[in-house]
Amino acid sequence: MSTLKALLKKEVLQFKRNAFLPRLVVAFPIMIMLIIPWVTTMDVRHVNVSVVDNDHSQMSQRIINKINASEYLTLHSVTGSFDLSFKSLEHGDVDAILEIPQDFEKGFVTGRTKKLSISANSVNATKGSLGSQYLAQTLAASIKEMRARLSPAQVGDLVLIQNRYNPTLEYRNFMIPAILVILIIIITGFLPALNLVSEKEAGTIEQINVTPVSRFSFTLAKLIVYWVAGLIVITIALIVAWLVYGQTAVGSLLTIYTGAFLFILVISGFGIIASNISSTMQQAVFFMFFFVMVFMLMSGLLTPIESMPQWAQRVTYVLPPRYFISIMRSVFMKGATFYDMRFNFLALASLAVVMNLGAALTYRKRS
Amino acid sequence: MSSTETNHIIQVKDLTKQFGTFTAVDHITFEVERGEIFGFLGANGAGKTTAMRMLCGLSYPTSGSGTVAGFDVVKEGEKIKRHIGYMSQRFSLYDDLTVMENMELFGGIYGVKRRELKKRATTLLQKLKFIEERDTMVKALPLGWKQKLAFAVATLHSPEIVFLDEPTGGVDPITRRQFWEMIYHAASQGTTIFVTTHYMDEAEYCNRISMMVDGKIKALDTPANLKKSYNAASIDEVFRTLARDAQRGD
Repeated sequence: MSTLKALLKKEVLQFKRNAFLPRLVVAFPIMIMLIIPWVTTMDVRHVNVSVVDNDHSQMSQRIINKINASEYLTLHSVTGSFDLSFKSLEHGDVDAILEIPQDFEKGFVTGRTKKLSISANSVNATKGSLGSQYLAQTLAASIKEMRARLSPAQVGDLVLIQNRYNPTLEYRNFMIPAILVILIIIITGFLPALNLVSEKEAGTIEQINVTPVSRFSFTLAKLIVYWVAGLIVITIALIVAWLVYGQTAVGSLLTIYTGAFLFILVISGFGIIASNISSTMQQAVFFMFFFVMVFMLMSGLLTPIESMPQWAQRVTYVLPPRYFISIMRSVFMKGATFYDMRFNFLALASLAVVMNLGAALTYRKRS
Repeated sequence: MSSTETNHIIQVKDLTKQFGTFTAVDHITFEVERGEIFGFLGANGAGKTTAMRMLCGLSYPTSGSGTVAGFDVVKEGEKIKRHIGYMSQRFSLYDDLTVMENMELFGGIYGVKRRELKKRATTLLQKLKFIEERDTMVKALPLGWKQKLAFAVATLHSPEIVFLDEPTGGVDPITRRQFWEMIYHAASQGTTIFVTTHYMDEAEYCNRISMMVDGKIKALDTPANLKKSYNAASIDEVFRTLARDAQRGD
């Protein structure tokens, strides 16, 4: 016990004396929370539309007005030829072109309908597909309006779309829980890994390895410091979410912290494995980065797991962030309880055991 | 164990370490008696540090056997560590802790009680003429003083044997002298000293010395006997005679 106390004192002193770390723990979550929610939005706004109006009818005029009124669409221009509109698209000024064929209105009345065509710039696939979808929806709405000869208000009544849990469909609300995941990976995964490897590089680990200190106490003393740092980081991030975005957890904070602590255990264990098998910082960082890339892109952080191919979905079961992201989003936004998320908690706890066992087994005091 | 054997604090037989096809330490066999100052000499790359690391439980021998402080070098590495002190060739204490904090850390690791630790650390620092630097950050110390601190830390827990890997490398003559005074003092308290050095004058201070060439021990005796048997005026000459045929090192 006195050994652990001596080691813990050393770690705390070193952490405090580091010119960078204490500031990082405070500044990093604040910065990330202030910036990232604004920029990682998948909401597509201001889709610039150029309309090629070959019809010049009342109907085409209504469509144009509708586009102009849309919150998501911006009317860039109305031209008389596709080529002219296409030039703007090539320049990048226009995201989508709507071509209204000649005699569109007449065909609509006589029943020999002509097709409207949408051409979207899909270099940015998200903007392209979402943009053309918005456009199609707007068109569908105006056509329905005209067909039923109803006023817009009444059409609105016919279709009711409700977005539950995230009523304004703010992407930000979806991102904030995910940002916590990234913060934890960096603060409690990378930092202890780098700390341990730096002892190898400085040679100080040699003086430790020649003492009877157990590898458990030595590693534990390091981890305790970063566990506390991780909990501080989460707390700061949650406070910023509340103060700046007015977002508070719908579910219990205790459930969130339990999930966060389990995830911290998993990730710090993983960081220790990375440092145990590396002899330089570079190796450790590359090893970590490889997995963090997979974590970020495959755990449902940015894209839903359900839309991944089957084999990839199976892989995600071994990715710890998958469970934590799911816990965070469900508890934070829907108010899920510990019991609702029991499968995720169990999975995280098992992974924590596996990782830390791995961490203990890969530490060698002797070569 | 017979009574003569128990007097050997280190006893190794055919200790060997191979890294791939390279044999760093090649079947060395020797004994070190309790309380003696044992000089472990050899050119660069002769295998001294590798041999020392095996004795300290930092490295597994490829083959061979032996005991240090009564514990098996292959199986009981962690037990050996309770009874030894080690000062590595490369300074390896914490730069961002003060002199006293380093001593408290290692004292704590060895389970030295707090009050006892304070007393011992103060006595050691006084002897090293170092006491006013107790709250100085280690990175601010000159090399010679860092080495003194490393020695103090290695002996803080009163180990039975201290391994010193080139303790006086890059140290000025006055500090070197102080160092040997400390070594003699520790030896007079019954601590066995196992020391490597490149300074042949220092070798003369040892009770017995071994000379390692290309991973093998080529000679082992008291300095006086070695000079006699190699018909040499100094240890330096003995060393040159032995190291002349070395294949490795510089």
